[in-house]
Amino acid sequence: MTVYLDHAATTPVDSRVLDEMKPFFSRKFGNASSLHFFGREAREAVEVARERVARLVGASPDEIVFTSGGTEADNLAVLGGFEAAHGKKIVCSAIEHPAVLEPCNELERRGAQKALLPVDGEGIVDLNAAPEVICGASLVSVMHANNEVGSIQPIKELARMAHEQGALFHCDAVQSAGKIAVDVRKLGVDLLVFSSHKIYGPKGVGALYVREGVKINPIVFGGGQEHALRSGTENVACIVGFGMACELALRELPRESKRLALLRDRLLKKLLEIKGSFLNGPVGEKRLPNNVNVSFEAVEGESIVLGLDGFGIAASTGSACSSRKLQPSHVLLAMGRRPEEAHGSLRFTLGRSTTAKQVDFAAAKTAKVVERLRVMSPFKPGDDLSKIDFGGHAE
Amino acid sequence: MDFYSEKVMQHMRKPRNVGEIKKADGVGRVGNPVCGDVMFLYIKVKKNRIVDVKFKTMGCGAAIATSSMITELAKGKTVEEALKITREDVADSLGGLPPVKLHCSNLAADALHAAIQDYLSKREAAGSAKKKARR
Repeated sequence: MTVYLDHAATTPVDSRVLDEMKPFFSRKFGNASSLHFFGREAREAVEVARERVARLVGASPDEIVFTSGGTEADNLAVLGGFEAAHGKKIVCSAIEHPAVLEPCNELERRGAQKALLPVDGEGIVDLNAAPEVICGASLVSVMHANNEVGSIQPIKELARMAHEQGALFHCDAVQSAGKIAVDVRKLGVDLLVFSSHKIYGPKGVGALYVREGVKINPIVFGGGQEHALRSGTENVACIVGFGMACELALRELPRESKRLALLRDRLLKKLLEIKGSFLNGPVGEKRLPNNVNVSFEAVEGESIVLGLDGFGIAASTGSACSSRKLQPSHVLLAMGRRPEEAHGSLRFTLGRSTTAKQVDFAAAKTAKVVERLRVMSPFKPGDDLSKIDFGGHAE
Repeated sequence: MDFYSEKVMQHMRKPRNVGEIKKADGVGRVGNPVCGDVMFLYIKVKKNRIVDVKFKTMGCGAAIATSSMITELAKGKTVEEALKITREDVADSLGGLPPVKLHCSNLAADALHAAIQDYLSKREAAGSAKKKARR
């Protein structure tokens, strides 16, 4: 049995999505900018998809810009929004995904002032500290839900604060779109990003919502496609797939989010029964319905992931992007965890294929793997690791 | 190379010589929990030869695999031979390590050398104590 519990990293393409895409790889191969009927056929498909994509987040179709994915869309929002606003100060939360953190760092290298919004122990932006940080900002970027610990952010309040300062507000909704309700009008955001492959669509396509009347500059130049905000021939097949994925996500969201929240809590409960374990992030409504993140004392996260891999269970330490880095999670550190605590985290993210049986299997095997690793560990749960240093961590 | 070799995975899943030697002749402790890796290495020496090695490690897959590998490399070697085991030997014996994980092989080699140094200094102390006693 293989159990895939890493849906925050990516999801399989839904067969209904794939069926919609297939003709656009062969028979319907036109360039959506061509005048002839091949082109018109592709254009029509792209516009149908745009309507479906817009509907998932409550936007109007002409507010949607297709990109190559979430990262490009975030870069376009942050770099393009900041430049168009002749920005001086950029603000983002301390727990953003690198797709937002890094363009913010780039703006800093180019001379902008950068400030980070702190989060509380549950990984939620501190609204009391926010006004001072946001003061004088040109663009504020806060994710809707965190990819590691699933904490849902108070976007409405933060967008209002940004607007009071005359700043643009951008929201990375890659983890939340399709999993909880996302409505750009209710949230009051100017820019919002979501991605196809997190919601059972193909990789290589994402969307940026740009509120009508908001001006941003392009970061890619060429043939002027996508309102001149994203030049380059439209990735028609993937855009079509993204459209279908959004349609399905919207239709299935109310039922699926309830189902997943129950499985999430079932898994959490079982994992927290393991000795020396603790939860990372909030519980209940403040947490994504599909995210579980637990730390285990005296063991390291990656070794748990590899142990579970041996049982056919796919999990992650935090984010797939950081699994190649040595640093403990910047999200857990921002939440006030000590580095030695931040190394032991394990993330399960549930999805459409997840069953109660799989969740129980994963919990049982996690207990086994943690037990095995603790036999190997020089420490035991409860040991105070903060004062231990034998030096010699040579590079 | 970003992924672990098959050899690393084997050692990670079935590490050799896990545990502690109660009356070890030398103990090497390296690393710190802030970096995520800590290794304890225990050696038993008879007639200048390492007859038993055990380890306890908290760390990533590479940290566990390199700990396991260094115990295999050191077992049966004379003290002088064991001191010549390098960080590169550990990584090479595992079929290489991802670049970001090379520090784990450093840590494993350091743990062995620390255990041997511990043994040598204990022996020296015992030796001088004997001399004193004779006088």
